[in-house]
Amino acid sequence: MLSIHAISRSFNGHRALTDVSFDVHDGLMTGFVGANGAGKTTAMRIILGVLAADSGEVRVDGRPITADDRAQFGYMPEERGLYPKMKVHEQLVYLARLHGMTTAAAGTRADALLEQLGLGERRHDTLESLSLGNQQRAQIAAALVHEPTALVLDEPFSGLDPMAVETTLEVLRDVARSGAPVLFSSHQLDVVERLCDSLVILAHGEVRAAGTREQIRAAHTRPEWVLETDDAGFVRGIGGIEVLEFDGGHVRFSAASDGAADRVLREAIERGAVRSFTPSIRPLNEIFQEVVR
Amino acid sequence: MSATAARTGSTASATNHRGRTGFWAATGIVAQREIMTRLRSKSFIISTAIMLALILGGVIFASVGPALFDEDTAVATVAAVAPALQGLSGLDLSVLGTADAVRQAVQSGAVDAGVVPGSGPSGLLVLADREAPSSLIQMLSVAPELELLDANAPDPMLTYYIGIAFGIVFFSSAMTFGTTIAQSVVEEKQSRIVEIMLAAVPARAILAGKVVGNSVLAFGQILLIAAAVMIGGAITGSQLVLDGLGMPIVWFVVLFTVGFVMLAALYAAAAALVSRAEDLGTATSPVMMLIMIPYFAVIIFNNSPVALQIMSYVPFSAPVAVPMRVYLQSQAWWEPFLSLAILAAFTVLVIAFAAKVYERSLLKTGSMVKWKDALKG
Repeated sequence: MLSIHAISRSFNGHRALTDVSFDVHDGLMTGFVGANGAGKTTAMRIILGVLAADSGEVRVDGRPITADDRAQFGYMPEERGLYPKMKVHEQLVYLARLHGMTTAAAGTRADALLEQLGLGERRHDTLESLSLGNQQRAQIAAALVHEPTALVLDEPFSGLDPMAVETTLEVLRDVARSGAPVLFSSHQLDVVERLCDSLVILAHGEVRAAGTREQIRAAHTRPEWVLETDDAGFVRGIGGIEVLEFDGGHVRFSAASDGAADRVLREAIERGAVRSFTPSIRPLNEIFQEVVR
Repeated sequence: MSATAARTGSTASATNHRGRTGFWAATGIVAQREIMTRLRSKSFIISTAIMLALILGGVIFASVGPALFDEDTAVATVAAVAPALQGLSGLDLSVLGTADAVRQAVQSGAVDAGVVPGSGPSGLLVLADREAPSSLIQMLSVAPELELLDANAPDPMLTYYIGIAFGIVFFSSAMTFGTTIAQSVVEEKQSRIVEIMLAAVPARAILAGKVVGNSVLAFGQILLIAAAVMIGGAITGSQLVLDGLGMPIVWFVVLFTVGFVMLAALYAAAAALVSRAEDLGTATSPVMMLIMIPYFAVIIFNNSPVALQIMSYVPFSAPVAVPMRVYLQSQAWWEPFLSLAILAAFTVLVIAFAAKVYERSLLKTGSMVKWKDALKG
């Protein structure tokens, strides 16, 4: 498990991160969400040791991270770049060797990875001769080539077409399935909501929410239900219920407990036809808007 | 640096894929890429080949060339004075029947000059069309006795040209590979691949790899140039090249190599200050000045022993000044070694300085980082 513990960092008096703590669990895809300038890239650079924190520490399985740990991480920086004039396969081997792989092992691994990402045919082309989407795939291959024990990817899906998103996702899931923690940032909440097992929402350098989708929802919404019946007026009279929205046969209410909500349903059935009784799920997007404010 | 090497070196090699790559292993991988990228560049190979061909051609031409333009002077004469001319070299002698025939031959342009019996003290009359044939006249004149007091003293013109040659080779090689290392640093910074590299290996290993790689290339090129000069000398049997320039060239290669390591480190540090290739010129111009100083100084001061002596102890100009002094034999045997020691010590300091600047500027993007700010961190 990768833990970020009480990290703070300032640039020229401007606080980029304030007491940021969150965990990236093994085998899970954790999405790192926040508006531009929220501090995602700074946090990721600190995890990789490319940047130093003013205070706080990064931990691996509970102990402080070392250079050896970091050398086994896969990293994809926000601003993309490999050597423009170097052949794709060659630079993957080069990066893998810098991460401690032998040339032979790196070569085999690079071949397999390029094949998997659909770049097998282009392995001996220079990076600059590839389309932007393919350059992006090469960039992902660069983060994965040394068989990383953890992945930190800054905006891995930006600039990818839907097909490429799926291929990339498959590759990332493979890494997560192998038991590695995977952290990736995105400013597109819908992407993260769909892909991630767990989320960290960052705003103005602070963690505003963290956990699985369900945990975040639970923490940021009171349970709400929507009842559709003939006349919902009776709901007001039931204890532990607060009516939020009322329009003849339609009522949206919050209940202090599941039991109170059940009483509403029982009562409604006794009174007549219940057309619908559903828990009202707040879209994550709404929670996001609220917590980053 | 050595502490880092010891710390990381021990953990890396045990298994293939555990722990951080050791400092020197990383340096080697980076250096290898620098060298291979350069050797695979067609323009680099072609320009090096052209330069070597020009140098080889130049050395051969310098000793053979003048002879190519020496034409024998066609001289007509009569039998009576022919014996006096037959011993002289450089004359294409034709013996005609009469003095008038000689006169006509000169007038018609069939020969360059004519020699007939004359009434003066020499007993000879030289005939020519318009201009006095000075070389012929010189040959026929009685020369005063001559004693050279220092026959082996260096020819000032030759010294001048040798100085320029050392200066140009130093200047162009330092520029070529200095620019290469600067571009390579900024390429990594601009493309941000340096972030991926920094997550894996220390910044100093990247810098060391670049300096080592480019220094090996520069050393190789200088060695080839030296070989071209010596081969040219051997082909033409030039005394000057074989005896006079052998030692100076050896010193030049040694000092250039050490001096280049210093310049390469400075170039890398300067390039790390900027984020875009367009800003390289501004950032590297102070380093470029340091390279141009010895080049111009040796042209201006090649005849001043004091200036050369001072230059031989200044690290930036030593690679040019020391070989000059070795050639002029104007120093004690230990002086080049002292120059080398000063240069090497200074290089160590410069590397420490450059490593600091490089390390601290690598992730600073945007406008150019000031040297002062880079040192403050």
